[in-house]
Amino acid sequence: MTLLCRCVWTACCLVVLTPCSWGADPVVVSAQQQRVAVIEKVAPSVVAIFAPGGAGGGSGVLISADGFALSNFHVTDGVGDFMKCGLNDGVLYDAVIVGVDPSGDVALIKMFGREDFPHAKLGDSDLVQSGDWTFVMGNPFLLATDFQPTVTYGIVSGVHRYQYPAAGNILEYTDCIQVDTSINPGNSGGPLFNADGDLIGINGRGSFEKRGRVNSGAGYAISINQIKHFLDHLKSGRIVDHATLGATVATDDEGNVTVKDILEDSEAYYRGLRHDDEIVSFGGRSIGSTNQFKNVLGIYPKGWKLPIVYRRKTEQTEIWVRLRGLHLLSELTGEKKQGPEPQPKPDEKPRKDEPKDGPKDSQQPKDGKPQPPPMRGHAAPPPPPEHLKKFHVKKTGYANFYFNQLEQDRVLKGLATWGSYEEARGRWKLTGKIGEATKFEATLADSGAGLFLGKEAFLQEFSDLVELRDEPPGTGGLLTAWHHLRLLLSKGPKSFTDFYYLGSEPFDGQGETVDVLVGALAGAESHWYFSRQTGVLLGYDFIRADNQDRCELRFQGMQDFSGKKFPKVFQIRHADKSPALYQIEAIDFAAPGNDTK
Amino acid sequence: MTRQSRSPKLISIPRCSTRRLFLGMVCLALYNIPDGAFAQSTRDTIAAVTPRMVKIFGAGGLQRLQGYCSGFVVSPNGHIVTVWSHVLDQGEVTVVLDSGRKLKGKVIGAEPQLDLAVLKVEAEDLPCFDLDTQIGTAAPGTRVLAFSNMFKVAAGNEPVTVLHGVIAARTKLEGRRGAFDIAFPGAVYVVDAITNNSGAGGGVLVTRDGRLLAMIGKELRNAQSNTWTNYAMPLPDLKTPIQDIIAGKYTPPVNPLETPDGPRRHKPLDFGLVMIPNVVPRTPAYVEDVVQGSAAAGAGIKTDDLVLFVNNELIQSCRHLNEVLGKLEDGTAVDIVIRRDGKLQTIKLAVPKKAE
Repeated sequence: MTLLCRCVWTACCLVVLTPCSWGADPVVVSAQQQRVAVIEKVAPSVVAIFAPGGAGGGSGVLISADGFALSNFHVTDGVGDFMKCGLNDGVLYDAVIVGVDPSGDVALIKMFGREDFPHAKLGDSDLVQSGDWTFVMGNPFLLATDFQPTVTYGIVSGVHRYQYPAAGNILEYTDCIQVDTSINPGNSGGPLFNADGDLIGINGRGSFEKRGRVNSGAGYAISINQIKHFLDHLKSGRIVDHATLGATVATDDEGNVTVKDILEDSEAYYRGLRHDDEIVSFGGRSIGSTNQFKNVLGIYPKGWKLPIVYRRKTEQTEIWVRLRGLHLLSELTGEKKQGPEPQPKPDEKPRKDEPKDGPKDSQQPKDGKPQPPPMRGHAAPPPPPEHLKKFHVKKTGYANFYFNQLEQDRVLKGLATWGSYEEARGRWKLTGKIGEATKFEATLADSGAGLFLGKEAFLQEFSDLVELRDEPPGTGGLLTAWHHLRLLLSKGPKSFTDFYYLGSEPFDGQGETVDVLVGALAGAESHWYFSRQTGVLLGYDFIRADNQDRCELRFQGMQDFSGKKFPKVFQIRHADKSPALYQIEAIDFAAPGNDTK
Repeated sequence: MTRQSRSPKLISIPRCSTRRLFLGMVCLALYNIPDGAFAQSTRDTIAAVTPRMVKIFGAGGLQRLQGYCSGFVVSPNGHIVTVWSHVLDQGEVTVVLDSGRKLKGKVIGAEPQLDLAVLKVEAEDLPCFDLDTQIGTAAPGTRVLAFSNMFKVAAGNEPVTVLHGVIAARTKLEGRRGAFDIAFPGAVYVVDAITNNSGAGGGVLVTRDGRLLAMIGKELRNAQSNTWTNYAMPLPDLKTPIQDIIAGKYTPPVNPLETPDGPRRHKPLDFGLVMIPNVVPRTPAYVEDVVQGSAAAGAGIKTDDLVLFVNNELIQSCRHLNEVLGKLEDGTAVDIVIRRDGKLQTIKLAVPKKAE
């Protein structure tokens, strides 16, 4: 009784001394209300993904009102091209795969049924720090049968984490966010929100080791800033690839990162990088470990151009290098399995009611390869709804070619400002001068192209039997590059053997965002750069053959020639040469059929 | 997860109003610092603690036995505290500072019965914890941060992992001689965060404002329930042994917390035997290495021999071998039966004088 009295007395004192009544501290209440408000705000954007037959699934998050949503590749890969997606409005929507990034473990899907989907706001994951509060939402253990996401709350345990590809697959988590927020099988593909409810990552992996496939205190999310780099690539419907520099690095005991091996046909080598050079910075980040180097490499798509600062003895040099592809298509599509398949251990066997495609054990993956939905005792998954079948087009190298066609159509509209080249299918004759003195005359026709440059003449024949040369020498193949422009303008994409929307990139590595179309013909490629803002074609790169320096053509001003717009000046750049300016003074379009030189 | 003694019994409080008051008090005690301030001070604490943490790489790599652990710096000239484990078996390890600098670390002292080891690296002016001023204690309900290089997530100059949690109990792991295999005899902090993962041993538990509470222990599984316990050993219990090891005046007692001046026991190394890492409860007593010029070498014991009997007692494990050898007296004779290439051999040895 005495104890009770003392207890009551102390409590009374506390109540008198504190401003609030005997409820919780108002600051605590308000913090809790804030959390509840954030959860209410963002929960409608969280997607519960299910395979059509209900066997397997994961999580996702909507990022646009027209229904684009992000998930993990290892989730969508297990559920097929068409899937069912539940939102917390209780409605189950149809969705189709759009694009995939197998080694980055990201997938983009498109949901149907609304034009006003609630969607998450993309945050800036570079601002995330250890100790920040985060929410994880999703469908762990496929509990969200009413499509209400499970919410877990925790802190950021580390940023800029590098997690090696697991044995037997190519999934590599670079520059990722580590959280102690609970991530379990089924959370894969779902959102990581910061305390304000901004989307900062996509959860996909955890360190589990010996405790079975449940949260063990370390989960990993792909940073949203990495995904932003890849987003247009994913919208292309392609199976997109990550990049390599063509050089490997190693860290010494003092934390210096130096080039250990470098391919002699890599752009880094062409620009001057050599064995033993010390990497000072890469992509604008200072480099103090091999993991930091890999973190930079991992967040950019193949083909992006990045600055590298390297030190040799005391001299420091900056170069800009285009990244080359990391994988063969067969590796990305999983046709070529490497190494023995990992064997499940007894204590890590997923329970029957667990999703098949939960996060991976970062140290020892048990289910690294795509797994087909379990079929035992189940009927085959129902076919996609008839009216949605047109939204999926199969093509090698693509998750869904349908979306590439959409993007091509959108970007090609930018050519309309050039006027009609329908009638300009015959040979073209361009005349003008380089600088003030040197006159040139170029003739472009289906069978070949020729150039008079002062007193010199250059010729490139177009035939299966003739190799594409660097004509005129030192340009990277300007004659064939012009030929590609003539084909695109007069005959359109069909004149190329392969033509597709690639995605987007910063123009020349640091300029405005440009949409990229690719036209391939006879082993060569042109990459056409259209301003994202205005839709205008700003220039293009011609690539004569793999791993060759490009012929880079940039347009300076447009002028009118008999009703057609054409660049006033072509700035031609190649390798380390100083750019040449080809000023166009006249252009003559012969009638179609008149294809003689 | 673990046994807890004397949990508060709310049910016994009779009246509704009193109970509300009591709950209010608990709320106030737990949450008297606003959330916003927490985030800010969490960042400050993380910024202060992280540079004092190190990653340690040593022996291991077999099966699921990790070859890494965590540690923290306790002197500006390179004394590092970590957990005693097989990672240190070679006596020399690689220590990676928060700055990314890689240094050789030597074990200068250890107390296996406290799961404690102290390393030394050659360095100066390192950011460090001050054991005299920065150690604290905390009650259940205190919010804590745990720092470690669990799962070897961090490499080079990457900062170690930080987890958040609450102290759930401060208690002796009473079943430690049975279900729990823990050397530390005192009360430990049990936390609600999953702190004790691979490689987390040697990490630290700190309060939100950066007071150093405890060293995270090795992974600990309850063999009966197959559950894992997340615990850390209070630094006030470890402080004196740490400082004595650093000062070079530490003499390991038999039971360091109870009988500080007990006799030292014989160990395999006294005979010149280096056994394989004791990784599972019944690690067979295989000889990993024989010290040149030692009694064991002289008697013909070789690497890969399996010790089967000592003085007619069946040796069931490395741990059991330690126990049996620990009973031997200086200067007596001992019969050891080993198995080599499928054949048994009896070897006679004189028990050497214990090394100091």
